[in-house]
Amino acid sequence: MTTVQPNMEVTSTRQKLLDIWETAPGLYGWLATVDHKTIGIRYLCTAFFFLVIGGIEALAMRVQLAQPDLKILSPDAYNQLFSMHGTTMMFLYALPMLSGFSNYLWPLMLGSRDMAFPRLNALSYWVFLFAGIFLYISFPLGQAPNGGWFAYVPNTSLEYDPGINMDVFALGLVFLGISTVVGSANFIVTLLRCRAPGMSVNRLPILVWGTLTASAANLLAVPAVSLACAMLWLDRRYGTHFFDVKGGGQPLLWQHLFWIFGHPWVYALVLPAMGIVSDALPVFCRRPLVGYTLVAISTVATMILGFGVWVHHMFATGLPVMSLSFFSAASFIIAIPSAIAVFAWIATIWTGKLQFTTPFLFFTGFIMLFVIGGVSGFMTASVALDWQLTDTYFIVAHLHYVLLGINVFPVVGGLHFWFPKMSGRMMDERLGKWTFWTMFIGFNAAFFPMHVTGLMGMPRRIYTYPADMGVGWLNMLSTLGAFVFAVGVFLFLINVAKSLKSGAPAGDNPWDAPTLEWATTSPPPVYNFATIPQVASRYPLWEDRLKETEERSIIGDAVRDGMVLDKGKETIGVTPLDAEPNVVLKMPGDSILPFLLSVGMTGLFFGLLAQVIWLVALGAVCEFGVLALWLTPEPHAALEEVEIHD
Amino acid sequence: MTDRTASETLPVGGSGTVSTAWWGMACLIATEAILFVYLIFSYVYLGSQQTGPWPPSGPPSLKLVIPNTVILVASSFVVAWGQSQFRQTGNSLRFALALAGTIILGSAFIIIQAFEWAGKGIVLSTSAYSSAFFILTGVHMAHVAVGLLILTMLLVWTLMGRFRGVHHEHIALGALYWHFVDVVWIVVFITAYVVPQFS
Ligand code: HEM
Ligand SMILES: [Cu+2]
Repeated sequence: MTTVQPNMEVTSTRQKLLDIWETAPGLYGWLATVDHKTIGIRYLCTAFFFLVIGGIEALAMRVQLAQPDLKILSPDAYNQLFSMHGTTMMFLYALPMLSGFSNYLWPLMLGSRDMAFPRLNALSYWVFLFAGIFLYISFPLGQAPNGGWFAYVPNTSLEYDPGINMDVFALGLVFLGISTVVGSANFIVTLLRCRAPGMSVNRLPILVWGTLTASAANLLAVPAVSLACAMLWLDRRYGTHFFDVKGGGQPLLWQHLFWIFGHPWVYALVLPAMGIVSDALPVFCRRPLVGYTLVAISTVATMILGFGVWVHHMFATGLPVMSLSFFSAASFIIAIPSAIAVFAWIATIWTGKLQFTTPFLFFTGFIMLFVIGGVSGFMTASVALDWQLTDTYFIVAHLHYVLLGINVFPVVGGLHFWFPKMSGRMMDERLGKWTFWTMFIGFNAAFFPMHVTGLMGMPRRIYTYPADMGVGWLNMLSTLGAFVFAVGVFLFLINVAKSLKSGAPAGDNPWDAPTLEWATTSPPPVYNFATIPQVASRYPLWEDRLKETEERSIIGDAVRDGMVLDKGKETIGVTPLDAEPNVVLKMPGDSILPFLLSVGMTGLFFGLLAQVIWLVALGAVCEFGVLALWLTPEPHAALEEVEIHD
Repeated sequence: MTDRTASETLPVGGSGTVSTAWWGMACLIATEAILFVYLIFSYVYLGSQQTGPWPPSGPPSLKLVIPNTVILVASSFVVAWGQSQFRQTGNSLRFALALAGTIILGSAFIIIQAFEWAGKGIVLSTSAYSSAFFILTGVHMAHVAVGLLILTMLLVWTLMGRFRGVHHEHIALGALYWHFVDVVWIVVFITAYVVPQFS
């Protein structure tokens, strides 16, 4: 590592880069920024907001379920609440949250200055935000989606579900899918091209592997649900017969399309979160992750297998036994890569020198919940058992252990971990530990009893249950646990607010972590690195300690030594596998176009919802105009001189 | 440390697989291609679950579709020709002509396909078959329309002289998209028109 005292030259380079990269002030800059760090933080905040909304819906349901035969919520209100809860959590919280992490962290971890397509990045955020609002638009009217997050037909056909509830759902998901696909493409290209020289594929942080796999999966899976939703909407509003038995259609077509998407999606919600743990947990064990290569391979393997198991959501639909056996076997096999990751984490903890910080607690808590959720998942992979358990609270227990265990706990741990990088200040440790224990105890009290209520036969998605089932006290326990959990989330928010104001200054690398994001200041300058780093190993900041090779990464503002790229808004592009620099990439400046494009899209979808032709047309014309401006070729130099290390 | 450093010239933006735009287009094509896989899956699935014949009213007529297929495939060759002219000789007039030709052929495809649809005697809401048929061919048609808009923009930019110098990426990628739309048509054509002839 070269450390050069910031001399005059360095200072003036920094100033120059700042002038080139800085976002314009004021409202315009706010709407037009394409900085991945700003967008990442927006993603995180918006997703967290949706977590709170979904959580409030959950609490309302838990109040209704606290005792048998309560009438606090009407059946109809309950339907809308669990549907919006599931939809919000799955689509508006879980994935966008992880996109937030990756948006913020990728360029920093990879040693780049931004994502490959900064304007697309802004677009995917705005579309996510507007689609989220769209999905909630009919909520105040008491017309919110009410067919569950997987919206089975014929329950959701016009005949059984008149009103706009399910139209909002169908169009909303198509709308949101645009954001997901655009974001995924951006991650993929960023990974392939926007890395520091030397950041070859065997040196990528596991979070990058996780998000990469999830993105590839999304690119291939999301069109299935978009198509299904378009068909549902056509069935409802234009009299087609895709799912309508009377016209020769097939309700099971919906289930196939939905779960071909749905199962990979579930993995997309967990793989990046597992990546967070794989990268951050070892820091508190003071050693590199055990089995890096195995964990990276198992991440990819999980996703590939994940495309072959969708039928395990359809065991109870009367498919032929042969196919059930096949998909059941596949669902068992998929446990193997997950088990590999679990053993890697345990081995890392086992052989490490532990530091019991708040993030460490969240990550170890995650491992425990993952194991419990994995076991109950393994159980339902068996057809015979699934027939007993499907549509009971056992499934609700399973899916929450998996989703909260593998998504929420790593996410909150990760927020504690990277908060210093994002804000420049530490979070309060004592409050953090309180947060963890409240959330952990509350969570288990809320969801462990559901295994039992499920085995006792309590059906899910029903607004109440009779007293003679004998599950009243268990449900009371669940409800109390849910409120304790909510208190934990509240403590976290207090900690964030407090630490933002008066947290201890963090410095560049408060946890003494090994990866590139910790090499720059906290918070990082808008151009991330004044000199593009040159990476020589998997753990650039631990090289002197690990002594794995003679080579050293070159990081720091050694202006003469490396690529500064200050002839305009630029970063370096590399070859996909070995990360040899092969092109200078021109990066776009602030642009209002992504915002305008999403506004036009919003108009278009509202037009479709209300079936107002002129609004649809207006939206479409607006889209075309903006895209034409966006893609207009800009003149630039053909070649540029760059300093390259040998 | 200065001795570790050498100056080199790198392309700015780059072309072909060196540019990021190429990879972006590859992602777009991947996701669109899989959308057609799902469309065809739905069509085949609905067909396989039918008790009666599929299509219910016998195999669709090929009278308009075969010439139409020829038209669309020809348009791909036209744009490829214009592109190679532009690359080799920098002749933007020929390229503009080729683009105009492609646009005319593409528009002809849409018009003929519209006649084909109108003559079928079924509409979107007639049956599961008609729904599946029209969504498959309709989504393809939408792609043709988008492709035409892209070609039109390329034509406008060519006439404005925007492509002098280094900007061949737009042209290469626009043409790539058009080829993709054509290849998809061949698959759609085989699925929805050819296979029913033999069942
Ligand atoms: C305080 C935390 C939470 C509580 C108390 C809670 C509670 C509930 C309840 C009561 C239901 C309805 C069960 C039924 O009637 O069938 C439910 C369903 C569901 N929850 Fe949660 N939940 C929480 C957090 C989450 C999170 C973080 C996620 C996802 C990341 C999630 C995903 C789901 C899904 C997908 C469903 C199924 C909805 C459906 O049946 O369509 N939940 N939850
Ligand atoms: Cu699954």
